[in-house]
Amino acid sequence: MTADGIRQAIIQIISEIAPDEDLTGINPDEPLRDQVDLDSMDFLDIVMELRKRYSIEVPEKDYPQLATMSSTVGYLLPRMESL
Amino acid sequence: MAKRGVKDIKPEYDCVVIGAGLGGLTCANRLARAGHSVLLLEQHTQLGGLAAWFRRKGHIFDVALHGFPYGMVKTCRKYWNQDIAGRIVQLKDIRFDNPQFQLATTYDRDDFTRILTERFGVAGDTVERFFDHTRAMTFVDDASQTTRELFQEFFPGQDAVWRLLMEPITYANGSTLDDPAVSYSIVFSNFMSRGVFTFVGGTDLIIRLMEEELERNGVEVRTRALAERILVEEGRVAGVAVNGREIKCRSVVSNANLRTTTLDMLEPSALSPEFRERADKVRINNSSCQVYMGVREGEAIPHVGDLIFMSTAEKFDAELMLSKNVTSRTFSIYYPESRPGSGRYTIVSSTNARYSDWAELDAAAYARDKAALAQDTLKALERYIPDIRGKLDHLEVATPRTFRRYTLHEGGSSFGTKFEGLTVSRGLSGQAAGLFHTGSVAIIMSGWLGAANYGVIVANDADRYLRETAGVMRGEG
Repeated sequence: MTADGIRQAIIQIISEIAPDEDLTGINPDEPLRDQVDLDSMDFLDIVMELRKRYSIEVPEKDYPQLATMSSTVGYLLPRMESL
Repeated sequence: MAKRGVKDIKPEYDCVVIGAGLGGLTCANRLARAGHSVLLLEQHTQLGGLAAWFRRKGHIFDVALHGFPYGMVKTCRKYWNQDIAGRIVQLKDIRFDNPQFQLATTYDRDDFTRILTERFGVAGDTVERFFDHTRAMTFVDDASQTTRELFQEFFPGQDAVWRLLMEPITYANGSTLDDPAVSYSIVFSNFMSRGVFTFVGGTDLIIRLMEEELERNGVEVRTRALAERILVEEGRVAGVAVNGREIKCRSVVSNANLRTTTLDMLEPSALSPEFRERADKVRINNSSCQVYMGVREGEAIPHVGDLIFMSTAEKFDAELMLSKNVTSRTFSIYYPESRPGSGRYTIVSSTNARYSDWAELDAAAYARDKAALAQDTLKALERYIPDIRGKLDHLEVATPRTFRRYTLHEGGSSFGTKFEGLTVSRGLSGQAAGLFHTGSVAIIMSGWLGAANYGVIVANDADRYLRETAGVMRGEG
């Protein structure tokens, strides 16, 4: 998967978790939580979906890496580029 | 309808969930949606745990449907379905009636800000700081500060304010001023975000809709199925003994009471002596008494509020609230619109109670004390509905013994465990691989919203374990 593919996959997951949110203008370097109404349960859902769809495990200590879109893609790229 | 007993179930499942309280139900649903085979076992004849209801003379009485935070809408939408989420409505008329104040409120931040500043003369910025402070607390925060210390910091010497802030939460989860401020803050902030909400259609409808959703997702649900033991071999979960039969599984999520799970369902050797000792020290929360009142078909009562927190005690006193000499009670009033089409009014009075006050009574004393509680409750209710006695055609009392009989909870606990239960509940998988607990612990993982969300948190743990042990996961980096 490319960085862009991963970005699309994340947007897809968030759009299912928070269907009322507009995800078109997300600033990649600003915290996701400041732009989208996501709480800690929503982040847990994202982690569970990544595991289900791509067999990727994000350990709890790495949750801070999912703060922005850029950091999320950067974190997932080495784990997903072979998919 | 879920089948009874364990005849013709499969010999093996990915996960067995023990107990169909809201945490067990939500966890089972989540795991099934994630693609695992799930068996859900419930010892009682109906699902829901303390989300219970019962029928008498055409009435349906709700045991635990007194109000939950708005967050339940999102939780139901995400982890159940839109149909269930769409049945949640606000209870807008919450009343307080005690020697210190009488007031009606929507029980949200805006209205409480108005009440605290205008009625109780608290400075606006103190109120704002209190709301911001409590909202920012999470369950990983330091738990050494008590709620008493929190109130002392913000509202020193203001008894009436303490009562306004504490009394509903004591009813909601059994906590007191001596429990950690963090548990108070999380529950209080959840309510204050939007107010108090309920399900239109009642507990029976919601549990039926959940049961249908479980079926759609392939969960095997069995009632009258008592899990006797959790089988652990070489440090891993191997199965469950239920109704005298052994079922194999790779993981178990127990939604039984935490003490029952750790001290009764597991061989002592499954836990380290140190962990077992910690589990043994977990204190359970108090139990409850309830009085159920059914208004005769065709009769009506006036609107007197949705929830009334009434007390004759001079000041807030959590110990007094547990006393068998009842001075405080909550009336939940169910108007016909809460069960559209029923045309019925029911009233449920709830008080916190100690199991020990009821456990040892002989049959005659038990009957006498139940009758006295019913009469005291009617007398209290006459303050709002003077002719209530003539309108009722059903009056029934539940005590801590009743709660124990139906839930099998030690001490008839109606609010799970005190704060220390959290680390034991979370630590179980470190004792036996594949073993998890979800259920009312630590006050925060309790109530409708806390229980459902804790079910989701634990489903995530069990899902990770099941995928990792199935060998399908990619390693880190």
